[in-house]
Amino acid sequence: MKHLLSAGDLTRDDAVLILDTAAELATVTDRSVKKLPTLRGRTVVNLFFEDSTRTRISFEVAAKRLSADVINFAAKGSSVSKGESLKDTALTLEAIGADAVIIRHGASGAPHRLANAGWIGGSVINAGDGTHEHPTQALLDAYTLRRHLRGGRGDLAGVRVTIVGDVLHSRVARSNVLLLRTLGAHVTVVAPPTLLPLGIQTWPCDVSYDIDSALPDADAVMMLRVQGERMRAAYFPSANEYSRAYGLNSDRLHAMRPDSIVLHPGPMNRGMEISADVADSGRSVIVEQVANGVSVRMAVLYLLLGGNMKGQG
Amino acid sequence: MDTSRAHVVLDDADIGRAIRRIAHEIVERARGSEDLVLLGVPTRGVPLAERIAGAIASTEGTAVPVGSLDITLYRDDLRLRPARALEYTSIPPEGIDGKTVILVDDVLFSGRTVRAALDALNDLGRPAAVRLAVLIDRGHRELPIRPDFVGKNLPTAIAEEVRVEVAEIDGVDRVTILSAPDDAGNGR
Repeated sequence: MKHLLSAGDLTRDDAVLILDTAAELATVTDRSVKKLPTLRGRTVVNLFFEDSTRTRISFEVAAKRLSADVINFAAKGSSVSKGESLKDTALTLEAIGADAVIIRHGASGAPHRLANAGWIGGSVINAGDGTHEHPTQALLDAYTLRRHLRGGRGDLAGVRVTIVGDVLHSRVARSNVLLLRTLGAHVTVVAPPTLLPLGIQTWPCDVSYDIDSALPDADAVMMLRVQGERMRAAYFPSANEYSRAYGLNSDRLHAMRPDSIVLHPGPMNRGMEISADVADSGRSVIVEQVANGVSVRMAVLYLLLGGNMKGQG
Repeated sequence: MDTSRAHVVLDDADIGRAIRRIAHEIVERARGSEDLVLLGVPTRGVPLAERIAGAIASTEGTAVPVGSLDITLYRDDLRLRPARALEYTSIPPEGIDGKTVILVDDVLFSGRTVRAALDALNDLGRPAAVRLAVLIDRGHRELPIRPDFVGKNLPTAIAEEVRVEVAEIDGVDRVTILSAPDDAGNGR
């Protein structure tokens, strides 16, 4: 494995290896010296063309815990705002000797282009591209699900996950459906018809318009953020109506199994897709997801950069 | 295993005696079993550490904390091979600060594993002392490292392979020397 572009590229064994590695690396967080020498002398570039708080910080912390040098490259305030192309940016990063480029881009497919155009020799990690994929988010969600529902071991065979909300604009949903399916989980996607993408029937999951019928069986529910910034049209009549029909509130939480858990990739719109009391309840693992994200990204960086890379000069 | 070039050097009784002797020497050197922590290096160092702790418990009547210390992330040859899966690390809850840590491994060869283990310990705390117990010392050191407790010194040719099997992992207690295949050994 040289790049991580899509959760769909991972086999079950690849994914379990990443989760097992993350579980070992998680113990570093509890130590007094939160640092490993493993990636000393390697340079990792955070190339973010879109705003991000937790993903960028998470990758930065993960790389630093492995002793890599980290360069943060935000498109705002860089030559990109002067009109530099992705290719020229990539050539610049190659010239300064980047061993890995972590890219977030508004255009679906930008990481694939970066990895396969021959511009750079290092690894490419997709940190979210348009409405396409966000594989490390899916991995940290799978890690969180496995920890709570499968004792932190093996895969997710038989786990029932319901994903609710703005699937149309969600790269998190697509990556999760692909990865969770690979790990043996059963996924149900719930959204109003206007927020489901074309071709949803080809995804390896069930589709429903009714949240209340999809909750009682679920071991976990994953609430998606309503992505107002990507919405160019009216997808639902009002925020209130959306919240009533598809939001997770305490009544709906009570309808779920008492040992089920609530996930959200963040940032949350409290009162919209999730009510504040649910977000802060004991069943919510939303804050833990952030911590797990660091461990999972350490595992990805270690597995991509820690050994020798075949096909590299 | 190609038995024609395999030579058993220790059987289960030999290994049992070596472990009991190492346990005695550790206690003798430490003048008791207080403040000792045994850390096995995965994979086969871990069951060996547990057995040494068992031998100490049966003679001293005290339970010595046992853990495992994976050194993969501290290896100096990570970039020579594809990234490998990590082994399990578990440090006893008492920690290692101020303790006498006994590192336990199956075979001492180049010394590079021990070098990595010392680096790993450095990130985990500050032991009062670190000592090294190995079942087999086969020579050919590449670093200035020596063991404190040795089950058996086993002079080997560099092309030979020493294989330690332990019942917990391999179903049998046995140490075997495998001579180099003839074609690789130039007929010597």
